Amino acid sequence: MTEINIAWYKIRPKYHESIITWFLQFCAGVSILVTLGIVFILGKESLLFFREVSIVEFLTSTKWQPLIEEFGVLPLLNSTLTTSFIAMAIAAPLGLFVAIYLSEYASERVRNILKPILEILAGIPTVVYGYFALTFMTPLLRIIFGQNTVDIYNTASAGLVMGILILPLVTSITEDALKAVPYSLREASYGLGATKLEASWTVVVPAAFSGIAAAFILGLSRAIGETMIVALAAGAGPNFTFNPFEAAETLTGYIVRISGGDISYNTVDYNSIFALGLLLFFITLILNIISRKLVKRFQEVYD
Amino acid sequence: MSSTMELKMHKEERNIVKDDRKMIVSLKNLNVYYGNFHAVDNVNLNLEKNKVTALIGPSGCGKSTVLRSINRMNELLPETRVTGEILFDGVNINNPKIDAVAVRRRIGMVFQKPNPFPKSIYENISWGAKINGYKGDMDELVEKSLRKAALWEEVKDKLKQSAMRLSGGQQQRLCIARTIAVEPEIILMDEPASALDPIATARIEELIYELKKNYTIAIVTHNMHQAGRISDYTSFLLINEDRKGHLVEYGVTDDLFLNPKDIRTEEYISGKFG
Repeated sequence: MTEINIAWYKIRPKYHESIITWFLQFCAGVSILVTLGIVFILGKESLLFFREVSIVEFLTSTKWQPLIEEFGVLPLLNSTLTTSFIAMAIAAPLGLFVAIYLSEYASERVRNILKPILEILAGIPTVVYGYFALTFMTPLLRIIFGQNTVDIYNTASAGLVMGILILPLVTSITEDALKAVPYSLREASYGLGATKLEASWTVVVPAAFSGIAAAFILGLSRAIGETMIVALAAGAGPNFTFNPFEAAETLTGYIVRISGGDISYNTVDYNSIFALGLLLFFITLILNIISRKLVKRFQEVYD
Repeated sequence: MSSTMELKMHKEERNIVKDDRKMIVSLKNLNVYYGNFHAVDNVNLNLEKNKVTALIGPSGCGKSTVLRSINRMNELLPETRVTGEILFDGVNINNPKIDAVAVRRRIGMVFQKPNPFPKSIYENISWGAKINGYKGDMDELVEKSLRKAALWEEVKDKLKQSAMRLSGGQQQRLCIARTIAVEPEIILMDEPASALDPIATARIEELIYELKKNYTIAIVTHNMHQAGRISDYTSFLLINEDRKGHLVEYGVTDDLFLNPKDIRTEEYISGKFG
């Protein structure tokens, strides 16, 4: 220790640090570039479509019949919303109750059994859900409501099964929101003579409101983008109807059918799927922005 | 020495009224276990009606645990076991056949950290009354409770505002008001001022002095001076070699502070440890 060659305060080059930093920046950059690329392609091809079809017609006409040059998105949008809302009608209440059970009532042991089961539910391929809808849910609906009321392909069956599909997602985000409510609020409620139900339902759930709303919105946005189930079970023909027992093709269902078919490149039909994709993109983007805003507000309350 | 004079008088007074003293709560051979950990060892303690009883002692001596067993809050934590008798108005409430929710309606609690609900000031007060089936005039109850908690003047114009926007001291007084609104007989306070600044603390202490006219109060504090200022009775708890919390001494506050019977009490209040 008699001689020190390099003064301790001198900055020494750290090559591995800069390589790692560079690599991480590259990865982040790639994901941004890919996103921008997709948006660019969607936009460019949609532009070709909107050169042929006016936006007003696209958004207001209730007829989608490419063969006779009718491009009104409402039938497709309508059935997308129908299946999604049916799915949410299942997943929102059920997800909320399961989450309340898991976070407030279930013992450690029950939770350790139930949570993996929910995760398995989330891991089932959507195509399996699709033929589950077609081969189980639809026959069930036909038994309950009658063969004449329920079509073989219908949005109700697809929506119900989609509800099961998004249940784990809604449940786990809702549970996180409930868990984030400080224990001291439950304590305060019990200290005032509240039962578990009163504490969970009128203190914990309202306190977690924005988180729960975010869970619902994310579930909805997942449902809107869901493809396989509706492609298999909801029907393969645009149909502007509010009857959930009728067959009606959704936005995603139509895109699948056209992409898989033999439509030639650069026709209006072909370009239409990009316009639909762009529409889907905007819907889910807006929903995601809303849910992010809600989550943020929800985090601020207790910080 | 005027303080010894006062003390003497106090003692005599106590001797006269001794037989009429109403013990609203008596803990008999209270033991608390968290899993295998024996946290509280054989505590015997009384709460006299309309008096303030302080529980003092160093951190981890089990004073909060004792307090929380009085309204059966401990059982909310998994694997907690409480043995012994907790007599409340002559009934042993440490009994699974007694509804803990009903017990907590009569024995309210104020916590260390102010924990108002993320609701409006008004709803914070009305919530407890509502779940307890209060049928009277809610506006009146809210005003009365806030007045009793010395908070009315500060918040009367913003009852619809979120309680989260109040200062820490105001939040704690709101929590006291919320507890009062349920009209309990006993209020348990678990270091209610430890998260507050000195001015807010002084207000809470004044409030406790006012409240004992109508309520019986048990307060956990790690601040000996606070115990000396506000309590009528003090119990001093300590952990022994096995880390079990036990009661070292219990008595009239002035006695305990001026003439501690136990050498450990004397050492603790003179600041030798803790």
